[in-house]
Amino acid sequence: MSRTGAGWPAGTMPAADPGRPARLRGELRRHPSLLVGGVLAAATVIVAITGHMAPPDNPLALNPSHALAPPGPGHWFGTDQFGRDVFSRVLYGLGIDVVIGLIAAALAFAVGSMTGLISGYLGGWPDDIIMRVVDIVMSFPAFLLALTIAVVLGNAVRNVIIAVTIAYIPYILRLTRSSVLTARGADYVLGARAVGASRSRVMTLHVLPNALGPSVVQATLLVGWAILDVSGLSFLGVGIQPPSPELGVQVAQGASYITSGQWWISVFPGVAIILAVLAVNFLGDYADDKIRGQGS
Amino acid sequence: MPGLEIDGLCISIGDRGVVHAVDLQVKPGNCVGLVGASGSGKSLMALASLGLLPRAACVTAGRILLSGGETVAPGLDRTAEVRGSGIAMIFQSPRAALNPVLRVGHQVGRVLRRNGRRDDLRRRGIELLGAVGLPEPDKVARLYPHELSGGMCQRVMIAMGIASEPQVLIADEPTTALDVTVQADILDLLDDVRSRTGMGMLLISHDLSVVAERCESISVMWQGEIVEAGTNRKVISSPGHPFTAELVRDLARVPETNGRAPQSSAGPADDPAREAGG
Repeated sequence: MSRTGAGWPAGTMPAADPGRPARLRGELRRHPSLLVGGVLAAATVIVAITGHMAPPDNPLALNPSHALAPPGPGHWFGTDQFGRDVFSRVLYGLGIDVVIGLIAAALAFAVGSMTGLISGYLGGWPDDIIMRVVDIVMSFPAFLLALTIAVVLGNAVRNVIIAVTIAYIPYILRLTRSSVLTARGADYVLGARAVGASRSRVMTLHVLPNALGPSVVQATLLVGWAILDVSGLSFLGVGIQPPSPELGVQVAQGASYITSGQWWISVFPGVAIILAVLAVNFLGDYADDKIRGQGS
Repeated sequence: MPGLEIDGLCISIGDRGVVHAVDLQVKPGNCVGLVGASGSGKSLMALASLGLLPRAACVTAGRILLSGGETVAPGLDRTAEVRGSGIAMIFQSPRAALNPVLRVGHQVGRVLRRNGRRDDLRRRGIELLGAVGLPEPDKVARLYPHELSGGMCQRVMIAMGIASEPQVLIADEPTTALDVTVQADILDLLDDVRSRTGMGMLLISHDLSVVAERCESISVMWQGEIVEAGTNRKVISSPGHPFTAELVRDLARVPETNGRAPQSSAGPADDPAREAGG
């Protein structure tokens, strides 16, 4: 049995093939990272959706008489210092982090890949300007940059997304640019130009699709980083604000109770963050395998 | 004068001249052969005609005219307007010259500049694929380049080359990467396309036998200069330059190398189901 896509660049696998369930099974066997990542990601999405549509308890409802109850039959993950159900808050908060992570990574991918395409294909002074700006942005640690931007812009979900997006654009941009530089010199680009394809057509139809592979992998991994950063910003108090059940907010709220034994307020949201990031990383690993066409 | 006219063209890479005062004319309907060793400047000259010289190279003197209009001169490049519709070029390695992520029908259809509706482009793409002798063009149109054989890829490339009906088509070693049996088919196809559309063709090769039979006139390039030019018969019967003489001697030694293969347009090597099915 021949390996699908072996030796071919991004996205060139034969499109139509029969027996999709059988193919999926083979794919799962060859790529354990797809299995683990897929299961975790599916679980995350299902949990996040149920958390929003039908939370077991109102994640915002205060109930002082049940404050700091340990995990038990009534409250699986216990309650926090205001008597709110931690289980409901984790389910609900997971959705917030995942959605924000996806949006930030998608925005960084869109802006970064387009700018990288322009920078790499045009070269010359546009390239110089773009790359120097990128150098400046990259001279700050991504999280510190996001932190600064978030502080400057002020607390709002939109600003957190903007902050994280700006911090991650350079990673996608540089990666796309370097693959564009390779694709630009490919024979099919010369071939397309030689039969009269316009510059914009060459860029969008011939260069970009062949240069996007590594950036797709990077963007997948960025979803995980973005989730971490959003919760990190919120933990530090410059991201999403209480009483929102965002996971980082919850970890921060429970932090002072860990030493006095009420570990569940922080630990459960923390574990949720870890699982969501793991899911994305495994999927990114799988995407990496596929795009390199290595099969194993 | 209609067609392509190269007039005293000089090309340099850095300060080193690589093409020296080359003259060449391709009239509509004519086939001109350009023969020379690797590195003699054939391809650079062809790329210059399309304004596609590598960044390091530049035109330092002379000019190129298409239908009497100047398109290339030192510091001048109007090729973007004529590329495709005025002059087009196909290359040596047909598979590498096709975009791996696009279905070939789409690729051929999108060459057309006019922004027709999607269906029209698709239909026109299939038409062109049929015109270059691909069997079942509607089926081939849905395949990716890696699902085609080398010969089929070169046919697709030719379809792209003629899509905008250029006056001149430059074929840079169009058969070098192909099987010998497919070579003759592709050269026949180029002949056929030329006689149907009346376009001029510049056939570049390092192999005199490829050019000898198909072209009315032949130019021989050696170390960046045209050392010999004339009608096919004249160049072969009385070569004036030692390099040409050598080429002709080699040609005489293997007189049957360019014997035509069977004329069927779809030989075994061109079977579309060959890789597509499996």
